[in-house]
Amino acid sequence: MNQNTSNLYEVTDVHKHFGSGAGTVRALDGVDLTIARSEFLAIQGPTGQGKSTLLTLLGALDRPTSGRLEFDGRDLGTLSEDALADLRARAFGFVFQTFNLIPTLTAQENVEMALVPTHVEAKERRERAAQMLAELGLEHRLTHLPHELSGGQQQRVAIARALVKGPRVLLADEPTGNLDEQTRDEIVGLLEELWSERGLTLIVVTHDSSIAQRAQRIAVIRGGRVSIGEGEPLVLA
Amino acid sequence: MYLTYLRRELRRRKKQAIVVALGLAIGIGLVVTVSAASAGVKTAQGTVLHSLYGVGTDMTVSKSAKAGTGSAQHFAFGSGGSGSRASAGTHVSRNTLRPTGGSTLSQSDVAKVASLSGAKAVAGGLTLTDTSFSGTIPSSSSGGSRSGGAAAGGSSFNVSSFTVDGVQISNSDVGPLVASQVRKGRYFSADENTADVAVVSSSYATQHSLKVGSKLEVGGKQMTVIGIADVSSSAANVYIPLGTAQALSGLKHDVTTIYVAASSASNVSKLASETRSAVPGATVSTSASLASDVSGSLQSASSLATDLGKWMSIAAMAVAFLIASLLMVASVSRRVREFGTLKAIGWRTRRVVGQVMGEGLVIGLAGGIAGLVLGILGAEAITAISPSLTASLGSSSAAGSGGGFAGGGVGHALGAADSVLVHLTAPLQGGTIALAILLAIAGGLIAGAFGAWRASRMRPAAALRTLA
Repeated sequence: MNQNTSNLYEVTDVHKHFGSGAGTVRALDGVDLTIARSEFLAIQGPTGQGKSTLLTLLGALDRPTSGRLEFDGRDLGTLSEDALADLRARAFGFVFQTFNLIPTLTAQENVEMALVPTHVEAKERRERAAQMLAELGLEHRLTHLPHELSGGQQQRVAIARALVKGPRVLLADEPTGNLDEQTRDEIVGLLEELWSERGLTLIVVTHDSSIAQRAQRIAVIRGGRVSIGEGEPLVLA
Repeated sequence: MYLTYLRRELRRRKKQAIVVALGLAIGIGLVVTVSAASAGVKTAQGTVLHSLYGVGTDMTVSKSAKAGTGSAQHFAFGSGGSGSRASAGTHVSRNTLRPTGGSTLSQSDVAKVASLSGAKAVAGGLTLTDTSFSGTIPSSSSGGSRSGGAAAGGSSFNVSSFTVDGVQISNSDVGPLVASQVRKGRYFSADENTADVAVVSSSYATQHSLKVGSKLEVGGKQMTVIGIADVSSSAANVYIPLGTAQALSGLKHDVTTIYVAASSASNVSKLASETRSAVPGATVSTSASLASDVSGSLQSASSLATDLGKWMSIAAMAVAFLIASLLMVASVSRRVREFGTLKAIGWRTRRVVGQVMGEGLVIGLAGGIAGLVLGILGAEAITAISPSLTASLGSSSAAGSGGGFAGGGVGHALGAADSVLVHLTAPLQGGTIALAILLAIAGGLIAGAFGAWRASRMRPAAALRTLA
């Protein structure tokens, strides 16, 4: 049971391995971490050190090989697939580096897809999606397909999809990795603004120090282990 | 959103969807065409059997000729019956009316069969051949001089024959001719058992310009045509009352065939067995035993449709299902990241599976509709071409029995060279269309299931790690 009620996450000695035998990859090798409610945490580290793996565990996209990962007092490693899916439907919002929009659906329809598992009526679904996109400055792009949008616009659509269901946690994996510098600043600023307005817990995986330093805390991950700094970005060689 | 996503996805993979649907369509089209052709072959077989049997008949009883009892046709041309030869130049004509094939059965045999519990209706029939011979006696050429006058040789003789069936009027629901087959004029009335009236087949009427009211000679007796009947090409030419036939042929109380309608289709074989006991030495034929004796191109068509056609259809469907499944799996594999994203935003596995199955089902239905159209076109083509098929009954050994079939048990005589001609059609039946739809749905679901299985095995994190 979560002793500290302000902590949304309690990660205790979590390991995540891939493969078996001599080919085993130890992506996470004993991670201990706590994340408070409404915190803005950056997870930083060189490529291949386990950042995205940690993010997928925090977002219930995968299960730890061993250890305990509690979200709001519930051990994610013991929940059923359906229970994890429900959490992802209601509590977690994801933003990916490559946007991951459905190419055959319009901007509005892509956002609506996030409300389908919540069984919202079709009319309300359309309205909420339109409203969310309007909040992010895309009211004139509702009927555009992803390939008709710029990178920044696509990432806004992805953010709208992540937020339309009112999640408690927004998890972003290199959200600016595919964007130019100007757009990158726009998106990071947008994420920060949304975090502050909505009281979300924001967890951003990034190798970019300029993004990491905007966070309240930085979790540096190396060799599958985490060390925590307070607003001190990791300087990568 | 389900249908929107489904529709857009199929549009995005239009070419692949068309390939899968076409594969299913070819398989289903083949199944429909082969099923229709098989139904057509069965119909043709039924036509053959009915033409040999008579309408409403489940079984016939006849008797093969005994050894040494057959005799050749003999036409005597002695003038005044003295046995001396007719003189040259004399025009002669003779007519005979004889039973066709086999031996005869007695009226008591008919009664015995009628008394069997499984026999619903029994009628006797007498199948005869009316043969006429006419011509001019030629002059004899005996070497040496000739006196003036008639030239040697140069004569011509005409031989014509037609088949005659004596019909038992008192039991008109079974036998070689029933009332419903008369399309012009009328059937025999109950009091005409010995009357000089005849019903002729429509083909014979056309050939000889006969109509209702025409006169026709049978066994040297003039008959009045009272009706024209639609019968198959192998049926008799002329039908007269049984009493009249027996009197003209001198076979009082005798019949050549007993026609039997069974009380139910399921007891025909039992009835056949009881009949063999009741009438020893008789040949009892049922439609089942007759069907196995039919040979000719109809039989070949039947084998083609049921054996080769069936296996080709199964093979085509199996290949279509396999290709559809492989393509669906390949398509899902290309959408791994997309499905991983859907799971990441909260879609349960079964919702993702349902989406994939839906896509498979729509492709299957499209293939089914196309296959049904292809199948209908194939069946219509067969019906339009209407290939002629022949069916012959029995073996070539029939020729030795004095003009009829040995052990044939047919309603009337077929010579060894005779065969029934039928035109093959390919009728579509409701069952075939239902089968096509079921196959389409099955094909789509099987293909969808393979794809869905692939989708269901993905863990979201693993799917998202896949390179786009």
